[in-house]
Amino acid sequence: MRRGVLFNATFSEAKQEQGVHRTGELYGQFQTLDQQKESATFGMWIFLVTEVLFFGGMFLTYTINRHEYFTAFGIGSNTLDITLGTVNTIVLIMSSFTMAMAVWSAETGKKKLVPLFLILTLGLGCVFLGIKFVEYKQKFEHHLIPGRNFAITYRSSHPAPGDDPKEIALEKEEVEKAFASDPDANSHAQLYFSLYFAMTGLHALHMIVGAGLIVWLIKASLRGRFTPQYNTPVEIVGLYWHFVDIVWIYLFPLLYLIDRHR
Amino acid sequence: MNNTPPTPSYEPPRDHYLISAGGHIRSWLLTTDHKRIALLYLISVTVFFFIGGVFATMIRIHLLTPDGVLVTPETYNKLFTMHGVAMIFFFLIPSIPAVLGNFLIPMMIGAKDLAFPKINLLSWYIYLIGGSFVLYSFSTGGLDTGWTFYTPLSSIYSNSAVTPAVLGIFINGFSSILTGLNFIVTIHTMRAPGMTWFRLPLFVWSHYATSLVMILGTPVVAITLLLAGLERMFHLGFFNPAMGGDPILFQHLFWFYSHPAVYIMVLPAMGVVSEIIPTFARKPIFGYSFIAASSIAIAVIGFLVWAHHMFVTGESTYAALTFSFLSYLVAIPSAVKVFNWTATLYKGSISWDAPMLYALGFIGLFTIGGLTGLFLACLGLDIHIHDTYFVIAHFHYIMVGGAVMGYVGGLHYWWPKITGRLYPEALSHFAAIVLFLGFNLTFFPQFILGYLGMPRRYHSYPPEFQVLNVLSTAGASILALGYLLPMAYLSWSMRYGKVAGPNPWPATGLEWKTDSPPPTENFHVTPVVDWEPYDYRNRPDLGLAAGAPLAPAHSDD
Repeated sequence: MRRGVLFNATFSEAKQEQGVHRTGELYGQFQTLDQQKESATFGMWIFLVTEVLFFGGMFLTYTINRHEYFTAFGIGSNTLDITLGTVNTIVLIMSSFTMAMAVWSAETGKKKLVPLFLILTLGLGCVFLGIKFVEYKQKFEHHLIPGRNFAITYRSSHPAPGDDPKEIALEKEEVEKAFASDPDANSHAQLYFSLYFAMTGLHALHMIVGAGLIVWLIKASLRGRFTPQYNTPVEIVGLYWHFVDIVWIYLFPLLYLIDRHR
Repeated sequence: MNNTPPTPSYEPPRDHYLISAGGHIRSWLLTTDHKRIALLYLISVTVFFFIGGVFATMIRIHLLTPDGVLVTPETYNKLFTMHGVAMIFFFLIPSIPAVLGNFLIPMMIGAKDLAFPKINLLSWYIYLIGGSFVLYSFSTGGLDTGWTFYTPLSSIYSNSAVTPAVLGIFINGFSSILTGLNFIVTIHTMRAPGMTWFRLPLFVWSHYATSLVMILGTPVVAITLLLAGLERMFHLGFFNPAMGGDPILFQHLFWFYSHPAVYIMVLPAMGVVSEIIPTFARKPIFGYSFIAASSIAIAVIGFLVWAHHMFVTGESTYAALTFSFLSYLVAIPSAVKVFNWTATLYKGSISWDAPMLYALGFIGLFTIGGLTGLFLACLGLDIHIHDTYFVIAHFHYIMVGGAVMGYVGGLHYWWPKITGRLYPEALSHFAAIVLFLGFNLTFFPQFILGYLGMPRRYHSYPPEFQVLNVLSTAGASILALGYLLPMAYLSWSMRYGKVAGPNPWPATGLEWKTDSPPPTENFHVTPVVDWEPYDYRNRPDLGLAAGAPLAPAHSDD
């Protein structure tokens, strides 16, 4: 009933006068739970449309520069760790599955399963962010953070003890070839990494917001709040989570897979 | 039935939205009532209008003489930039939607509130946070990039406080997005029984179109300015040609929002005019569905014309031809509206109340602004008048002559609903005429100046342009009076104005069926709509029966 006091009291009084049933989950501006659910879901879809356009600006910037600096983007992409990227993609798809299961559990009234699946989703989301952190750290060590010390040649000329020498030789050859065709390849590769960090950074920020929302859902679901009659929050956070996953499904090939043919 | 509508001795309601939650400051800052949030917006956009107006005044004073009388060239750059930023992002875009739209849309469709009242309040706070960032930028070094933030000037070379301004506009964008989202959902799901899509007031249709532009355009400018801000903060190269980036890409992305943003400003004003004209012509609006559809058409075509701002960037001729053609197309739905308003006036029983004066002013000024827009859409002519005062005059005719006229007219028209009191009649006529004359004297000379070749954004000009510049500055001082007068007497009337009654005009909209000021839940009983919109000939409940003589709205003075 805590929600009830958040809107103006006159609404609820007016409602009782009109004999509208109040469940404690119905906000004052609505007449029925159906109307409330429809509005919330529709609102989330519209929000996702705005998100498509938000990310769209970056995808456009990426596309134009990828077209312009084909080789530099290729060598930039090949420095990414494809194993970590693939694992992360699988982790995120699994988290979408567990999120879908959480929505399904809420809709079918399996109250015990809702928090379980939400916790699984949150865990997988955290694994994704953890792996992303490891990748960022590697980029930092390899001088691939855009700025004064950015050097696309750094890793091939400063191999670490654990690196595979064959791999390093290949990378060196590839980078040299790129410089032969594009003398400015370093600054163009830096453009690639600017986009890499902007795109994955904003994606990670969306994951963090999503994780916060899921924590809130877990708390509510442990109190048994979600029932077949009232489960809109689970559904719309689910929509958001799937959207963030889909963004990654586009980011993964554009950032990791564009030049993998050696 | 005599010619004078009965004036019942009307007692103002004892309980309404302004007092029922108490007068404590908390009851305002934490309110979720769309009407109170509208008033919060009214105050905050007025503050920004005032700030932008001060910059405009300084610009006009400076241009009194060919060498400039007031500020250094650097400061002049800052003045026109800050004028543009304050007026566009913090006054024009939120003005009608967030004030009048917020107040009226739920009442016009018979709802108790918007679908998401808390998000509505959140969007006001986001506006305040964004506004604070921008004011911080203004007061710690100012901003000299032009409101367009073209890179690499904004991202590399400008020595002014660009970063906080860009962040402020980025943040403020979410206020706009959330308002648009709220409106769209509300119009879809919150309509009262009987309020079908084609019974919606045209004000609601135009806000639906506006909201489409808000949700589809604003995210793009948000990410663009964010990238430009990141570029400035971390020396990245997205839009910096020295590092391989593409400055033209910035312009494309910027105008993808900022051209449609013009329709965010003018479409709501068109909605206001569509309400005012039939009320004071005492006639059903001519071509309801065409006006409704033309709002949507303007929003859709408006997204396909952005590169007409870039005809001189060296874009491909074929692209320029296409964008020129599409820009001409926008004239069609705009003209549909103007013709339908004039057709509504034809053989109407017209009364000259202040809102009507503003609405008629809107039609004339918008027509001039629109037609000169066609000059600019013309590829050959645009090379000549690009970046001259012709452009300045054109968009001020649309934004000030159009959007602000609509806003002030709408404020007068709904003032009795918002405050329960009427504005002073004679003074408001005077102010409307002062505004109209002052506006034309300010901006018409600028068409001539631009055509003669005076470039925009310059702090000085050749001596032969002085007469026209002095005329423009003189006009600006009259225009300022035209704004200060309504500010003064509208505030005065909140306390001392005549008590209005629920429907002083009378008008047919649902918002006039409830008390003035309305109760917190808008209607005591959820209304059921069984009439067609603007049916000024067949509404016995308003004293407007078929066959009855058409009474002028105001016959007591």
